[in-house]
Amino acid sequence: MSLIARHLEANGIPTVIIGSAIDIVEHCSVPRYLHTDFPLGNPCGKPYDREMQLDITTQALDLLENASATNTTERTKHIWSENNEWRGNYSKVADSNREHLRLKGEKRRAQQTEIKASGESRAPMIS
Amino acid sequence: MLEPDIQQNNGSEGLAVYDVPYMTRTRDLYRAQGYEQDYRWAHFEDTPFTELKKPLSESRIAVITTAMPDTETGRSQRQVYSSNCDPIPESLYTDELSWDKKATHTKDVASFLPLNQLNQLKAAGRIASIAEQFHSVPTDYSQRNTMEKDGPDILKRCQEDNVDIALLVPL
Repeated sequence: MSLIARHLEANGIPTVIIGSAIDIVEHCSVPRYLHTDFPLGNPCGKPYDREMQLDITTQALDLLENASATNTTERTKHIWSENNEWRGNYSKVADSNREHLRLKGEKRRAQQTEIKASGESRAPMIS
Repeated sequence: MLEPDIQQNNGSEGLAVYDVPYMTRTRDLYRAQGYEQDYRWAHFEDTPFTELKKPLSESRIAVITTAMPDTETGRSQRQVYSSNCDPIPESLYTDELSWDKKATHTKDVASFLPLNQLNQLKAAGRIASIAEQFHSVPTDYSQRNTMEKDGPDILKRCQEDNVDIALLVPL
């Protein structure tokens, strides 16, 4: 998505990204980025929390309007929960799931071979 | 134990709160799945910047998501789609995307597609209008596909919609 933002911006359309993977977005380098420090999936706010969702989109528009230079990052004020276990759990590789992941990789490579054979050139990121 | 390259979250106290190092996690996950070559994330030294051409209150906005339409085609074919903003879709297809399926869910579309919010901001006069359609762009292992196919495709759709600004939300 960062690449799309860069392309639009380079062609005259100002952009702002709302996301939750700050390392990936900043590594790519984008004009304006609003970071929601949540588990991936709900960058616009917690499910069904209409007040928070409106606040985050409002902040994104403010950022779009006020950023005076490229690579401008802001953070929302919202926190996911007092419990931060999700940070360590995401895509965790441990002895307990190593064999499962190895088998998953094998299965995926077989699928990728099938996809290629069918002429499809698009492969999603793995998860 | 924390990974060595974590980026400390501003204002955090102690080590419970830190920015999740997704690039490191993804690299380790790929390796654990038997991929021999590490994924190379897109990286640029320069960044384009375009100033707003008119006030937000006079601007028309485009919305772009990585979620696909929740239709038979959207679920099976990864490509750029445009879908009506009104009515707001009750669901979008997100199963293939890398979001945190243990910690949360994507049943509330407004948590990742801010059309409801933008409708309110439009009613309040913060923006002039919302493009009639929002766009879905697939996440793709191939950055070339994104830069050479999807980027120009999305730009064309935005230009046809006469939008002034764009809000992009990756899951």
